[in-house]
Amino acid sequence: MLFFELTVQGLVQGSIYALIAVGLTLVYGLLRVLHVAHAGLFTLGGYIGVIVTNATGSLLLATLTAMVTVGFLGIIIYRLCYHPILDKPPFVALIASIGLFIAMEEIFRLMFGPYGLSYDAPPLMETVSIAGMNLKYAEVVVMAGTATLIGGLAFLAEKTRLGAAWRATVTDPEMAGSFGIDIIRVRYLNFFIGSALAAAAGVLVALLNNLVEPTMGSVASYKALAIIVLGGLGDVRGTLIASLVLGIIESFGTIYLGAILDRDAIAFAFLILVLMVRPRGMFAKA
Amino acid sequence: MEYQITLITIVSISVMAALSLNLITGFCGQISLGHAAFYGAGAYTSAMLTTTGIPFTASLVAAAGIAGFLGLIVGFASLRVRHDFLAITTMGVGFLFVGIIRQQDVLGGEMGIFGIPDPGFGKIGYMFFCLILAGITAAFSLYLKRTWMGYSFDAIADDEDTAKMIGIDVSRYKLAAFAMGTAIAGIAGGLYAHEVKYIGPDSFGFIESVTMLAIVVIGGIGSVPGVIVAAIALTMLPQWLQIIADYKLLLYGGLLFGFMRFSPGGLAALTRKLMSVRTANVEFEEVPGGRTPER
Repeated sequence: MLFFELTVQGLVQGSIYALIAVGLTLVYGLLRVLHVAHAGLFTLGGYIGVIVTNATGSLLLATLTAMVTVGFLGIIIYRLCYHPILDKPPFVALIASIGLFIAMEEIFRLMFGPYGLSYDAPPLMETVSIAGMNLKYAEVVVMAGTATLIGGLAFLAEKTRLGAAWRATVTDPEMAGSFGIDIIRVRYLNFFIGSALAAAAGVLVALLNNLVEPTMGSVASYKALAIIVLGGLGDVRGTLIASLVLGIIESFGTIYLGAILDRDAIAFAFLILVLMVRPRGMFAKA
Repeated sequence: MEYQITLITIVSISVMAALSLNLITGFCGQISLGHAAFYGAGAYTSAMLTTTGIPFTASLVAAAGIAGFLGLIVGFASLRVRHDFLAITTMGVGFLFVGIIRQQDVLGGEMGIFGIPDPGFGKIGYMFFCLILAGITAAFSLYLKRTWMGYSFDAIADDEDTAKMIGIDVSRYKLAAFAMGTAIAGIAGGLYAHEVKYIGPDSFGFIESVTMLAIVVIGGIGSVPGVIVAAIALTMLPQWLQIIADYKLLLYGGLLFGFMRFSPGGLAALTRKLMSVRTANVEFEEVPGGRTPER
């Protein structure tokens, strides 16, 4: 029974990782930028979710508000921060992004206070019994929500004209441009979607922990980086699998390796191990 | 006077740590987001040894040895993974280091190591000791730049594949850069441990790694004088102005972002631009690894 429970816990955690990491890997696939500040948007999503829920009482409205607001903020970050430095060496954007992320965390601390916010009446805290396991509704919502959002993303990318333009730009920006696709708008779309997904993840994490705090993005951010590297940078399918695998490995590792490594170190031990064997990620073709 | 002595000691240690990262990231072009791990390895090694009664200077040698050995291992990783993958791997090494330290009771676990013995040089003596070591590191960096090894580092930083093609043993030089840089970081860590007399896992986390990288980048990646100036400025500013100490991270974040956004060559490039000794496009070439991304 412990086996199933650990697996489900791992899947819940893995779903959250997936929502964060997909946005990151989309940005990397398009621009070759490691967008560390993405986790700042995740944190902001959590804050907006809690504040709007407390004000209106509707979690759904809060999630949508968070996704749209943070999505637009993602576009602004691209336009003001990354767009001007894309022609510089890759580490420039990486370090700029780290700087931006640290500054964002501090701004959250100053705006919302250092101790974090909670839901006044935490929604979805009732438990439901599935196959002998007691799950919180929140955990079910996390898994279902992730599946819906990622499914929607897959539909958008595979079945619509917009998605075709997007995929074309990722594969070959110049060629796509010469076919009349507005590359800049594709980048805006990319940042909007990625950031909106991160915001949704922020709301869901706030739901699971019933807490948002200024630094909640830190660990998420570094782990999401590890995940997209594991998945093979820019590879969405690989990232999804890597997220779920890491979620499960962590949930088992905490039980069986907890004495030697803490939870966050397990992710990176796994990352380093995989990279030493497969330097371009788990699913890279040889 | 006591306060100024402590300040100079701390500043010399930061200069040394920043210069050690500059060897790896600045000279050889290998981005490291986990340098605090080696600084920490040195600090823990020397603190563990002196608390059991081994002389301070001997413990520093051991600190350099252990940190350099760990650095060599990570150097081997740099032979496998490159660019963004390397940045993330080194970041992982940093987290792994802290994660392991936290769980080891021998190393004090979460509590860290207290009551690290005094090196016995006196306050002023210790200040001079640190100053001299920082000076040696700076001189060594400047000397290294003019040696065959320094030129090879330059070539690797600029374009690894071409360097390999013209017969530079890229692997050996990368390993050398990692071993030297991390060994010096280890010594700096040992000095730090014996200055503040207390170390814990939180003293060597990701923020410390980023701070070191911030100093190197803000100073001007690869520029020895630039890095020294940035190390002095970024260590002293929060001490002088209390308001900055409260917003230290906001300042670091803002500076990192601002410099990358407006002057990726750091202070060194900015000074050159202001003196207008060189033209703007030469300044861009000074950034190691400078290339137009394929897109």
